[in-house]
Amino acid sequence: MLEVSNLACSRGDHRLFSELSFTLDFGQIMQVQGTNGSGKTSLLRTLCGFIIPDEGDITWRGESTRELDEEYFAEMMYLGHLNSIKDELSALENLRISSGFSGVELDEKEAISALSRMGLRGRELLPTKVLSQGQRRRVALARLLVSQAKLWVLDEPLAALDVGAVALIQELIAEHLKKQGAVIFTTHQPLEVAGIEMRSISLS
Amino acid sequence: MKKSSLLDLLVLVIRRDLVLAMRRRADVLTTLIFFVMVVSLFPLGVGPEMAMLRKMAAGVLWVAALLSSMLSLGRLFSADYLDGTLEQMMLAPQSLSMLVLGKMVAHWMVSGLPLVLMAPVLGLQFDMSVEALGVLILGLLLGSPVLSMIGAIGAALTLGLRGGGVLLSLLVLPLTIPVLIFGTGAVEAISSGLDITSHLSFLGALLLLALVFTPWVTAQALRISME
Repeated sequence: MLEVSNLACSRGDHRLFSELSFTLDFGQIMQVQGTNGSGKTSLLRTLCGFIIPDEGDITWRGESTRELDEEYFAEMMYLGHLNSIKDELSALENLRISSGFSGVELDEKEAISALSRMGLRGRELLPTKVLSQGQRRRVALARLLVSQAKLWVLDEPLAALDVGAVALIQELIAEHLKKQGAVIFTTHQPLEVAGIEMRSISLS
Repeated sequence: MKKSSLLDLLVLVIRRDLVLAMRRRADVLTTLIFFVMVVSLFPLGVGPEMAMLRKMAAGVLWVAALLSSMLSLGRLFSADYLDGTLEQMMLAPQSLSMLVLGKMVAHWMVSGLPLVLMAPVLGLQFDMSVEALGVLILGLLLGSPVLSMIGAIGAALTLGLRGGGVLLSLLVLPLTIPVLIFGTGAVEAISSGLDITSHLSFLGALLLLALVFTPWVTAQALRISME
């Protein structure tokens, strides 16, 4: 489980948040709330280790994430504002490569079935630069389907998605939680997961 | 689905970068054409005095190779940085240094190796002897990977900076001076009938040192730039 204690983070001279503590157990989901610029993305990026916090600790299964390093990365997945897909590559190539980076080799059949579940059937081999914004987001989100990670860190996963895709993401999150996964995310759109208590933390 | 090993990761990165380079061929060609142009301008500018051309050949080819390798360095990490792929690479559960090494190898294959292959053709313009050409290629083969690897440190440090390209050259060029000295030194030595092993062994030693240290240093520089 993820445990954050006394976390403080600033960007430039501006203190975003301080004395932030929470725990996230397996099977739980937590929404980070706050206005624009309140530090939601910074908090998630701190959890990924991109930003070194001013104070406080982040522990995973009782050990500091900084010491765990690669062991922690093997169990977490981050989906940021940027889709991290390459325009020149096809959806299929993008998915297989990003899955390769997370340490899982994906064969073509698995990748295609993940992409068609994301509603990209027939578009697997097109270069992603010809896809729409929403479709590109779907390519990025297809990583959720093939990920083996326990902890999902999702920054605005619903941006640019249509109603059908939002429902699908909710379904995926519900499945993940049922498998004793944990999710921490930010969103400005309503996201509900049936039968599971939505915890929230507010940054001001 | 199966877990991938460190070697799989290396192959994955190299293959990915080569595929990307093939789909953006213009980037690769500009480096090569720049190299050809700069080298070809010298005989035109200096005039057709064979003795003089022969004497300056190694220096011109090496400096041109240095400059054209600077051209492509800016792109080494910046595209991945802008579309977020670099974030995913940093979260890879395997070593980031290995990933960086893969990117360095791919960068060399795309922007260093073509120069090495082109060098003998250009060397003919300077009336270089066959032995001198051979030593030049050998030197470039040992030296150009070092340029890619040292350059990667600079590219990682200047990531996301405005006007990073110029700063990158200012940072990296001084560090490549040893490679230049021993690379051209080897050609001069063979031309004057001296032993070349010391020059080439020094280049080899630089290559090994770079191979061991630069991926790790670059990985650390990337972590700093990501913050």
